[in-house]
Amino acid sequence: MGSLDMKRLALKANEMRADIVKMIAEAGSGHPGGSLSAIDIMTALYFGGVLEYDPAHPDDPGRDRFILAKGHAAPALYATLAHAGFIAREELATLRKPGSKLQGHPDSNLCPGVEVSTGSLGQGLSVAAGVAAGLRLDGAPGVVFTLLGDGECEEGQVWEAAMFAAHQRLGKLVAIVDENGLQIDGCTAEVCDPGDLAQKFAAFGWDVVTVEGHDLAALVQTLGEAKERAVASAGTATPRVVIARTVKGKGVSFMEGQAGWHGKAPDAEQTAAALAELEDQRKSIEEAN
Amino acid sequence: MYTLATDEQRNVKRATRAAYGATLAELADAGMPVVAVDADLTGSTTTAKFAAAKPEYADRLFNCGIAEQNMTDVAAGLALTGHIAYTGSFAVFGTGRAYDQIRNTICYSNLNVKIAPTHAGISVGPDGGSHQMLEDISLMRGLPNMRVLVPADHAAARSAIMLAARNDGPFYVRLGRASVPAVYAEGAELEVGKAYVLREGADVTIVACGIEVNEALKAAEELASQGIEAEVIDAFSLKPLDGETILASAKKTGRVVVAEEHSVHGGLCSAVAELLVQQHPVPCRFVAVQDRFGKSGELGELLPYFGLDAASIVKAVGEVVA
Repeated sequence: MGSLDMKRLALKANEMRADIVKMIAEAGSGHPGGSLSAIDIMTALYFGGVLEYDPAHPDDPGRDRFILAKGHAAPALYATLAHAGFIAREELATLRKPGSKLQGHPDSNLCPGVEVSTGSLGQGLSVAAGVAAGLRLDGAPGVVFTLLGDGECEEGQVWEAAMFAAHQRLGKLVAIVDENGLQIDGCTAEVCDPGDLAQKFAAFGWDVVTVEGHDLAALVQTLGEAKERAVASAGTATPRVVIARTVKGKGVSFMEGQAGWHGKAPDAEQTAAALAELEDQRKSIEEAN
Repeated sequence: MYTLATDEQRNVKRATRAAYGATLAELADAGMPVVAVDADLTGSTTTAKFAAAKPEYADRLFNCGIAEQNMTDVAAGLALTGHIAYTGSFAVFGTGRAYDQIRNTICYSNLNVKIAPTHAGISVGPDGGSHQMLEDISLMRGLPNMRVLVPADHAAARSAIMLAARNDGPFYVRLGRASVPAVYAEGAELEVGKAYVLREGADVTIVACGIEVNEALKAAEELASQGIEAEVIDAFSLKPLDGETILASAKKTGRVVVAEEHSVHGGLCSAVAELLVQQHPVPCRFVAVQDRFGKSGELGELLPYFGLDAASIVKAVGEVVA
């Protein structure tokens, strides 16, 4: 992508960060930390030319699939789906409210563009493996991406799925780990260390790459290559995992690296401060060449 | 549409699980996009028979190894790509160990997954309490979007497996290990939401499901010799329950005995009680496993041990027909 496109992507990510802060503040609860750590990955997937999708036909059988395994990052998904045209941006203000499509965790029966309901950690990789197996069985063109948290990798089912996907050579499957190093109770390394995830996935037979999870150019390139490899594999290569090193709360300085912002809404003052900071970032993106 | 098994047919014992793989192959032969997942039990559940039925079916069975949670969500993923996904393993693992997967992914998303593990209830036999799943109906019946079918014999099992394919959304089909006498003639076609009056009687209603249907029919014979005419109902579809048929019978007889090879909590006993207590309270007795785990033994030994045999049903009837 050219520098203009990268600028467009950076502005998109910045705008979606503000959307995340606003919708969680409006809801009075939600998960800002993991949404902000994931939003650059989401930006690259949906607006960096990686995923094929058509908001007018969310069930198109030829589409690529995305499964948000770390369902608590729903605000990141909703902001993305709004910017991609699956839902109206005004709906973001209804997050977590009665009658809303935007449940606290994604509900596929309510929100277009959500492939499957998630929220109970550890299940998304298995579902994505099933999707990859189903697409291969049908000779369908699509591939499937899933986004996990590093804390989520403490769930044993993740490793059941990792074993299965490698054994089945589910090359249409690409997993991304949003490795922000934090979970509700603190640092992952201190709570129950998931350890070296790259080594672990490699030991399970996966093809592993790592990427700086807030470098949009690197994300577009890495995820784009993973997509190309998945398409070229005809569904028989080893699955690939992209370990994205991220910062929890990225973009809002007082949330960055703070486990306390895993699942807490900012108050009015904090919201104003966060939005002001994001506005400053927007200006510097606009002003950069 | 069904006919009851003749005396000769009743003597041919078959396990409900024996219908599993064969019926999946039958559905695939009919062009339905059926797939199965299993967890290192493809021989026991008979899903291997589906894979072996035709060379092209081999790719439609996914052996996930000893990993029931992953197995269950792989089925969810297969359903998301338009397949009708059946799960294997034993009922204790296929419902209990994978409960969160069934709840939060399959039922919450309302996916086209059919939970049909085998070896439910005490009919697992010698493997003992760790493997005798007596809470599965309770677990599955409580889930929104889930429908629950409990076949009484091989013919009903084949019908239940087919019904699950023909109706979109999550199903639980309860299958057993032990060979049991036929209740229905082969080829029976039952319906979701229906209970079946297999024997008419005016004195007491016996509502049963699974292998207890056969015990109820035996009990009714014994009761007839005592001058008590029992109406025997196969509840087959536990959810949705055929309230109309059960209520009509309860209104006629004024007394109900419920029999199931399951915990007394949360299964058919609870479903019938929920119905009657609100719409037509009558004296009831429950023939079921009383809040305890299973024990090793053969089915013929365990039925009287847990008070689930025909004699136990006769005794329960005696308590309401006083």
